[in-house]
Amino acid sequence: MSRKILMGGNIAIAEGAILAGCGAYFGYPITPQNDLLEHMSHRMPEEGRVFLQTESELAAINMVYGAVAVGFRAMTSTSSPGFSLQQEGISYMAGSEMPGVIVNVMRAGPGLGNIGGAQGDYFQSTKGGGHGDYSVINLAPASVQEMMDLTMLSFELADKYRNPVVVLADGFLGQVMEPVVMREPVTKFHEKKWALTGAKDRPKNVINSFEMNPANHPGRIKQLLHKFEKIKANEVRYEALNLDDAEIVLVAYGSAARSAMSAMDMARERKLRVGLLRPVTVFPFPYQPLADLAEKGCKFVVAEMSGGQMIEDVRIAVGSDNEIKLVNSYGGVPLTADDIFEAIDILM
Amino acid sequence: MKPIDYGELDNMVFGRPDVMEDRPSHFCAGCGHGIVQRLIAEVIDELNLQERAICVASIGCTVTAYHYFKVDGLESAHGRAPAVATAIKRCRPDLIPFTLQGDGDLASIGTAEIVHACARGEKLTVIFVNNATYGMTGGQLAPTTLLGMYSTSTIKGRNHHQSGFPIRVCEMLATLDGPSYIARVSLHNPANVRKAKKAIDLAFRAQLSGLGLALVEVLSPCPVNWKIDPVKALDWMVENMIPQYPLGEFKVTPEIALLKKGERA
Repeated sequence: MSRKILMGGNIAIAEGAILAGCGAYFGYPITPQNDLLEHMSHRMPEEGRVFLQTESELAAINMVYGAVAVGFRAMTSTSSPGFSLQQEGISYMAGSEMPGVIVNVMRAGPGLGNIGGAQGDYFQSTKGGGHGDYSVINLAPASVQEMMDLTMLSFELADKYRNPVVVLADGFLGQVMEPVVMREPVTKFHEKKWALTGAKDRPKNVINSFEMNPANHPGRIKQLLHKFEKIKANEVRYEALNLDDAEIVLVAYGSAARSAMSAMDMARERKLRVGLLRPVTVFPFPYQPLADLAEKGCKFVVAEMSGGQMIEDVRIAVGSDNEIKLVNSYGGVPLTADDIFEAIDILM
Repeated sequence: MKPIDYGELDNMVFGRPDVMEDRPSHFCAGCGHGIVQRLIAEVIDELNLQERAICVASIGCTVTAYHYFKVDGLESAHGRAPAVATAIKRCRPDLIPFTLQGDGDLASIGTAEIVHACARGEKLTVIFVNNATYGMTGGQLAPTTLLGMYSTSTIKGRNHHQSGFPIRVCEMLATLDGPSYIARVSLHNPANVRKAKKAIDLAFRAQLSGLGLALVEVLSPCPVNWKIDPVKALDWMVENMIPQYPLGEFKVTPEIALLKKGERA
C-alpha cells in the first residue's frame, strides 16, 4: 500500500533524499529553503546519517565533495545567492567526476534580490555556471510529488554519470503543500571502486581535476565532453500535454509550468488548440521534440519567471521561422495563468 | 629517472619511508615542502596508517601532495581543505584525513574553513606550511608576509597602511575551544626538523585518540621567492620569521598532555 502524505515542497526534497540513500547533508540557512535544512537537521541523525550546518555555502559544497569522495551519496540545498557561491565546488566536482546533488530553490536576483520564487538562475544552472568545460544535469520539478521523485532520480543520475546533478526548483514550489505518494527506499546502489576508502588491498585512489601538463589535459576533457553527449542522448525528459493537435505550444518548467497548465485549460475550454511542453530536464534540454513541433508549424509561448532565459534554448530548437512569444515575470513575482492566457490570446 | 635499487646497497642507513612514492620532487631547490612531506610519511609509517590515511591536498605548492604518498588522496579547492576533510571524517570516522595547506590557502582564502573546523573541534590533522609568500604563483604578498618584506606585489616591502599586518595563525586559532593541539615548529636546522616531526606525530595521534583538531604550523624556507640562497634562507628564518612567529605550543589540552607523556588520552 502506498501512503499519501500532505507535504511541503522542500520537505518532499528532504524525504526524497533520505529515501534515495543520501548519507550526508550539508547546508547553510538561506530563504526560501530553510525548512529543508531544518528538516534534515533532525531527520538525518534519526536515520543515523550525517547532518552538518556549515559556515557557508562554500563549505557546504566542498563538504558534499568530500562526502561523495568517500563513496557516500551526499546533498546540499541552497537558494540563488548561495548557488552562486557553490559554483566553485560544482566545477571541481564536475572536473573530478564526483556525483553530488545540489538543490537550488531559486529566488529573485540579481544580487540579494528578494526571497520570492524566480527562475533567473537558468543560464547559470544549465550552461555550466562555474569555470571550465562542463555541464550538470538539471532536473526541474513542477509538483511536490516531483520534488520527491526527481530528487531521488538526481542521486541515481549523479552516480550513473559520476557528475553533479542540480534539482532546479523555486521558492513557490518549495512552500507549496500537496499530497505525496511515499516511495520505497532505494536499495540498489552503484559500486564505487574509485572512492577513497583507504588504500587497503589495492593501489591508492586519487581524485582530482588537476593536470600539470597541458598536453595531457585535453584527453580528460574529451572524456567529459563525451559523457555530456551521452547524457544529451539518453536523459532528456519532458511532459507533453495536448500537443497532438496544438497550434500554440506553451513551453514552461517548474512553477511557471503550473500556471501554463491552467492557461492551457482555460484555452481548451474556449476551444483553442493549445498544448504544453514541459521540460523536466532543462539540461539536457528537449530540443528535438520542440524542433518537431516547429516543423509542424506551431507557434510558441515561452512562459518563465525570469527576464527570458529558457527562451534562448527554445529559439535554438525552433529556429527563426516560427513565431515565439515570451511571457514572463521577474523580481520574485509569480507568473499567473491569466498572464499566459493573455499571451495566447494575442498570438491567436 | 632510473630508480635507485636500495637492495643493492650495503649498510643502508637512510632510505625513503615506505609510504613515500618513488618519484622526482617538483619543489624548488631549498624548499621546505619536501621535508614536511617526508616527516608526514615517516609518521604515517610509524603509526601504521597507510591503509587509513587520506591526503587532502590544497592549492599552492601542496597542490599535488597526493602524488607523494601511497595513500588515498584528493585535491580540494583553494582554502577548502578543512571542509573537505570534515566531511570525510564525519562520513568515515575510521579514516584518518590530514590536510596539507600553505599560508595563502589556510590563512587567506581559507580562513573561514579553518576557523570553523577548529570551532567545531573536527577530529582532523592539519599541517600548515608557512613560508610567508605565495610560492606557486611567484612570490606575491601573503597574509603571512613580514612587514617590510619584499614580494612581487609589495616591491618596496610590506607596508601595513597598504597591506595590513601579518597573521599569526596559531595564536589566533588557540583562542578557540575546539582544537586540542596547536603548535608552531620550524625547519631551519636538523634539531628543529626533529621537533617538527614530534609535533606532526602528536597531531596524528591526537586524531587517532579522537581529540579535537590538531594543527601544526611549519615555518619553511622559500629561497626562490625570497631571492636568497638556500643556506642563507635558513638564517633569514631565524633572524626574521621566528621573531614574528615564535615557536612553541599554543594549545595543549590535558588529553594531549597525556599523549605527550606516552599515555593514552
